[in-house]
Amino acid sequence: MKTLMRLFSIISFSLLISCNQGTENVPANNADTTATASIGGQEKVQDNDSQKDVVKVAVSSKDHTTLVAALQQAGLVTSLSNAGPFTVFAPTNEAFNKLPAGTVDGLMKDDKKEDLQDILQYHVFMSALSPESFTDGQTLGMVNGDNVTVTVKDGKTLLNNSAAIVTSIRASNGIIYVIDGVLLPPAKK
Amino acid sequence: MKKILLPFLSFSITLMLLNISGCKPKSAGDATGSDAASRVFVPPGKYDELYNFVSGGFSGQVSVYGIPSGRLLRVIPVFSVDPEKAWGYSEETKPMLNTSHGEVPWDDQHHLDLSQTNGEIDGRWLFANANNTPRVARIDLKTFRTAEIIEIPNSAGNHSSPFITENTEYVVAGTRFSVPLDDANGDVAIDSYKKNFKGTISFISVAPTNGEMKLAFQLSLPGMNFDLSHSGKGPSSGWFFFSCYNSEQAHTLLEVNASKRDKDYILAVNWKKAEEYVKAGKGRKQAVKYSHNVYNEGTHSATSTTETETTVIDVKDFPGIVYMIPCPKSPHGCDVDPSGEYIVGSGKLAALIPVFSFSKIQQAIASKTFDGDYEGIPVIKYEAALHGEVKKPGLGPLHTEFDGKGNGYTTFFISSEIVKWSLKDLKVLDRQPTYYSPGHLCIPGGDTRKPYGKYLIAYNKITKDRYLPTGPELAQSAQLFDISGDKMKLLADYPSIGEPHYAQAVPAALISKNSVKIFKLEDNKHPYVTMGEKNSKVVREGNKVHVYMTAMRSHFSPDNIEGVKMGDEVYFHLTNLEQDWDVPHGFGVKGNNNGELLIMPGETQTLKWVPDRVGMFPIYCTDFCSALHQEMSGYVRVSPKGSNVPITFSLGKNSDAIDSIIKK
Repeated sequence: MKTLMRLFSIISFSLLISCNQGTENVPANNADTTATASIGGQEKVQDNDSQKDVVKVAVSSKDHTTLVAALQQAGLVTSLSNAGPFTVFAPTNEAFNKLPAGTVDGLMKDDKKEDLQDILQYHVFMSALSPESFTDGQTLGMVNGDNVTVTVKDGKTLLNNSAAIVTSIRASNGIIYVIDGVLLPPAKK
Repeated sequence: MKKILLPFLSFSITLMLLNISGCKPKSAGDATGSDAASRVFVPPGKYDELYNFVSGGFSGQVSVYGIPSGRLLRVIPVFSVDPEKAWGYSEETKPMLNTSHGEVPWDDQHHLDLSQTNGEIDGRWLFANANNTPRVARIDLKTFRTAEIIEIPNSAGNHSSPFITENTEYVVAGTRFSVPLDDANGDVAIDSYKKNFKGTISFISVAPTNGEMKLAFQLSLPGMNFDLSHSGKGPSSGWFFFSCYNSEQAHTLLEVNASKRDKDYILAVNWKKAEEYVKAGKGRKQAVKYSHNVYNEGTHSATSTTETETTVIDVKDFPGIVYMIPCPKSPHGCDVDPSGEYIVGSGKLAALIPVFSFSKIQQAIASKTFDGDYEGIPVIKYEAALHGEVKKPGLGPLHTEFDGKGNGYTTFFISSEIVKWSLKDLKVLDRQPTYYSPGHLCIPGGDTRKPYGKYLIAYNKITKDRYLPTGPELAQSAQLFDISGDKMKLLADYPSIGEPHYAQAVPAALISKNSVKIFKLEDNKHPYVTMGEKNSKVVREGNKVHVYMTAMRSHFSPDNIEGVKMGDEVYFHLTNLEQDWDVPHGFGVKGNNNGELLIMPGETQTLKWVPDRVGMFPIYCTDFCSALHQEMSGYVRVSPKGSNVPITFSLGKNSDAIDSIIKK
């Protein structure tokens, strides 16, 4: 009985779709072919009027070329061009240079994409934290699932006791904190 | 098992049968050509070729569709309240619906006209009429928002409107219902129509730079019903043509009593001449009361001003302004071809379509080839004005548009079809059925000097079985035709908002290039703007509590408010601090006898709330703004009248207990 029912539903379904063959590739000769939405994610939206989002802010900074290249390699540009809101801790090129030689090059290899994603997502917090909202001993649950610990001492804000916040930049979909060190997620258990 | 299986089997078999028949070649039951699907298919991410602005009829709004896909892009609130967009609910927009009768929350929106320069669509503004409480609106096409609404005095039923002159010098408003003028005693016997009732045609000037409307002058005419109108163009540029019916001056059972005479009239109005008289100080200054409502983009607020004077020209005292041309059987549509030479009157009960010639009308006026007068207005001899008649075109002609290639396209309500005919020899070239009974039609640019052509959209009055049934009340139906070839080809059906009457369509680039993405926060001149979270506050002024609140992904500031008491009026002045395209924030309050707010980036809007009980009232963002949208909320505490709870407000000051749980 069950087999019979399945058979009938398969027949019905195949008949339903059988007439639709070929419609997907029909040229749309009436669409205004010059006017089109962007091909890709929200990072491709043509918009010179809005404030820059966190990705566009990073792209426009000459001190963050390594970060931008890493975001592109990790496929995170589309996500970070989304509505957010994000707090992005953005290590400078100099901060990346402080890593052991070959680390960045190694992470930029295709077979290390997941590791790179893990590290970069460890720099992103959901919600746009204002500079005043950091408190000593605060724990931030980052996008990759690990925590970052905040230390506030003598007017300085440190993350994981290693990277200091240098400055903050407001973006349309969040806030960027430029930091002088790369945050490395704890070793996975 | 059998009980379950049997209906399933029969359903499957029905599906199979349906599909087998569906695979057959297109039969007569499907009127579309084989390539119709590709002609209307706009692939994901591609834009439509044209914007189509469609009147909403009894919805009071204007809808915007993409052509050829028939995709609904937006509904613009104009004459009816719209709680979704806070139109008529926010403090800023309430004045837009003000009239001399007070707030009127609804209207019947019939016709649209896009602004023109040199007789061509310029993409700046869209004008819309309100038929019930006579008004004209101007919609700004940079923002797709209603920017201005002006009420028309001495009028009732603003049907013959809002058609514009070639350079948008004027928008016209001809009254459908003649009534005693506003300064005359209206408390008279209805059967004193002939004596006391007057028809008026209003000319509203449009400022060339900012579009601001002003009631320039009104023509006073004998009592009758003005129906539709269109401006002259090219050689007939200084003239305007109006159809009228009920020249019988009936005031009851019009369906019989206003159809007695063989002919009613097309009015030819020399508005340049009327303008000269007004400039020379002629006409009667009449005391009236009407509202003029303007939305200021700088303050994000509307103001309503009561105007008190109008200039009325009684046309029988000023010869040379108006002439009447006999037109068979209660003319409805009054359309002027792209050359400006031909005026088409569509008598809705006539068995032919008369086409009048502007040059012949001028000759008849010069040679005084008149057939007497109608209450002092010269009546031109029918034959003297006539270019010719389209013979046996169909039943119930209503409206005509033009393709710019020498053809007219007329809708026929009774025979439910569109008929294509030649302006030159008046021969019928093609006819196609519509489903069912079309009213207006729209050819992109079809009432301008330069029609875009290519498509024709019929707005049908009767839907019946065209779509899946939705009970007794059905959406109305639009039908898209391809008119690029000799024969019209039906491409698609799509449902429409309200009851579309007239519509306009224009190549997309003319409008899309000007579309505003955000309002600049630094330009925000709202008196209650909050420039940044740090400036947010709550201020008590007597029993009024003003909340200067900001919205930013993903919180309000403040989001905890205490000290509101019973008897207070709370005004939430929300500033959306976002400067990012398509990131509006919404705002709702539990139990508020009001709508929501929907605030665009950089804008300030105000929602009034009068708490009805003591308690705790959540507030929240109603527009999914971000990944933490669901967190965008807060509380307002309401205390009893006379309570000593002080006004306090905060953001992010959580109780220690909660912090300690988070810290662990």
